[in-house]
Amino acid sequence: MSLEPLHILGPDGVLVADPPVPMDRTRELYAQMVTARGYDRKASAMQRQGRLATYAQFEGQEACQIGAVAPLRPADWLVATYRDAAAMWAHGYPWLNLVLGRTGDERGGRPPEGVRVLPPSITVGGHMIHAVGIAWAEQIKATDAVALTLFGDGATSEGDFHEAMNFAGVYRIPTVFVCQNNGWAISMPRERQTASDTIAQKADAYGMPGMLVDGNDLLAVVAATAEAVDRARRGDGPTLIEALTYRMGPHTTTDDARRYRHDDDVAEWHPRDPLERVRRYLEAAGRWDAAWQSELEEAAAEAVEDAVATAEGMPAFTSDEIFAAMYETPTMALLEQQRLAHRDESR
Amino acid sequence: MTELNVAQALNAALDEALAAPEVVVLGEDVGRTGGVFRITDGLQERHGSDRVIDTPVAESGIIGAAFGMAVAGLRPVAELQFMGFSYPAVDQVISHVGRIRNRSQHRFTAPMVIRIPYGAGIGAAEHHMESAEAIYAHTPGIKVVAVSNPRDAKGLLLAAIDDPDPVIFLEPIRIYRAVKGEVPDEPYRVPLGVAAIEREGTDVTMIAYGAMMREVRAAADELAGVGISAEVIDLRTLDPIDGEAIVDSVRATGRAVVVQEAHRTAGLAAEIIAQIQEKALYSLLAPVERVTGWDTVVPLRRAEHHYVPTVARITAAARRTMEG
Repeated sequence: MSLEPLHILGPDGVLVADPPVPMDRTRELYAQMVTARGYDRKASAMQRQGRLATYAQFEGQEACQIGAVAPLRPADWLVATYRDAAAMWAHGYPWLNLVLGRTGDERGGRPPEGVRVLPPSITVGGHMIHAVGIAWAEQIKATDAVALTLFGDGATSEGDFHEAMNFAGVYRIPTVFVCQNNGWAISMPRERQTASDTIAQKADAYGMPGMLVDGNDLLAVVAATAEAVDRARRGDGPTLIEALTYRMGPHTTTDDARRYRHDDDVAEWHPRDPLERVRRYLEAAGRWDAAWQSELEEAAAEAVEDAVATAEGMPAFTSDEIFAAMYETPTMALLEQQRLAHRDESR
Repeated sequence: MTELNVAQALNAALDEALAAPEVVVLGEDVGRTGGVFRITDGLQERHGSDRVIDTPVAESGIIGAAFGMAVAGLRPVAELQFMGFSYPAVDQVISHVGRIRNRSQHRFTAPMVIRIPYGAGIGAAEHHMESAEAIYAHTPGIKVVAVSNPRDAKGLLLAAIDDPDPVIFLEPIRIYRAVKGEVPDEPYRVPLGVAAIEREGTDVTMIAYGAMMREVRAAADELAGVGISAEVIDLRTLDPIDGEAIVDSVRATGRAVVVQEAHRTAGLAAEIIAQIQEKALYSLLAPVERVTGWDTVVPLRRAEHHYVPTVARITAAARRTMEG
């Protein structure tokens, strides 16, 4: 079975098909990608300074993430993973929360009220079915909200992927599954995750459309997800989108990717950079200049620095606070343990 | 009052709960056939197939989907067919259901009920006779309930559905139809976290829950016949445990027997005995006894009786405490 990936904007910044959004919107999405990359690089640097805990970089996947959530409305839900900070931010999850989470603070998981983004899933694969359940609830409540879930190629090996896809297929749940196939699951290449030619073709077995898309092509990702979101919203069921991309960095800051892949492999992907092609496209249309670029990059770095400073300025949880969000009302058992914690700490 | 068995009381509770539009029931075979134990019998007909949902055969998927529904504002009641089939869903329970409130610091919550038929005693096939409540009681962020009679079954299930936090609701298979009792016709709830002193006594406190209550009640009758007065506590909620009820009783009687059908090591009885040791040690007149299943795989039908605690084992344990 072969599927051809959807391309709209070539690596040279020249359109090969009609764009799904007008130039102004492309400019906004480009600004989001630049901001996201600024966050990613700054966060990686701050992790090396010991100011953040383990960090999972997403460099190279900005088009997948910004493009995937671009068609969502605020009432739509996003259920994503530890590598999806760009998508989460673009759908309303503040940098401060993302940074707080990376400093090792539970308050990072509490976005402002009304932001329909779950805290990032840390275990691989268990979260896709949550998007199905959420979308199912919206269907039962007869709203037109949909749920979009992001996951990697590795997650498709988990049994949970099958269960989520199967439930969504059987009940035509308004879910959009977006697999960012970035080529690697820690040290294992995509070929060791599945023997099928593509991940997108797996959709066929679940009775839903599968789409293969150039994941480094912002406009292609926007076009594919917009189609899938519309399909879900009008009641025509779920879609699986496989976005072909590349993890330019290691799995996380704890990992040395040179142990399992050559720099040459990574170098092949540099010319396909998702930001550069949009920049060229905008420049050719007279909608990009270096001053704007620096402005965006500086603002992003500043936003991250501010978020880290704010996070670091927040006092760490006291022993009382670790007990405070286990139940709506703490149980007698927890209240007693809280007293024991006080007693032991006073020694 | 109406006389119902445990299965009928649970069915009545679900029927009543489904009057609220946010309540949905989901699980394998819960709709068309009314569930493998017929607990959801007739509910799909009355409340519709979008509210009483027959799911694909996938326990992790059922609990993961119910979790998503709860996060999005519904009150799902998921059924897993047998305790032994709940294990594929344990990751969802531990990694997601029990953590979302803490992970999101109250922003997102999962008010949901997971109903699980459990326990041996009906000669069922392997994997159909497990008592793994300790796994769930050990898990932070969830509550665990086990029922022993029709009145509590209805009142606890309705309270569990109302609860703002996730509840694992354990239904002993062998008493679904074997235990009958009066159930109030007017609406009522039985609060979570509160044990029942089912029978007052002065010599020994017997603590149990779920299906084992039937054996404990019979043991208390037998003991009364030989002049031993047993106080009987039905725990009802296994997490959080009503430690106060246990400790108060043991302080008064000075003796305790804890009964569980589950495997012995690291079971709930061990936790109960630890609490007695912490708070009632100086009242004890004898070592606390525990009567449990063994650390064996639950034997199949022909040898099951060697495993499940019997009335004879329970009375013998109570007598040993009297010798101390």
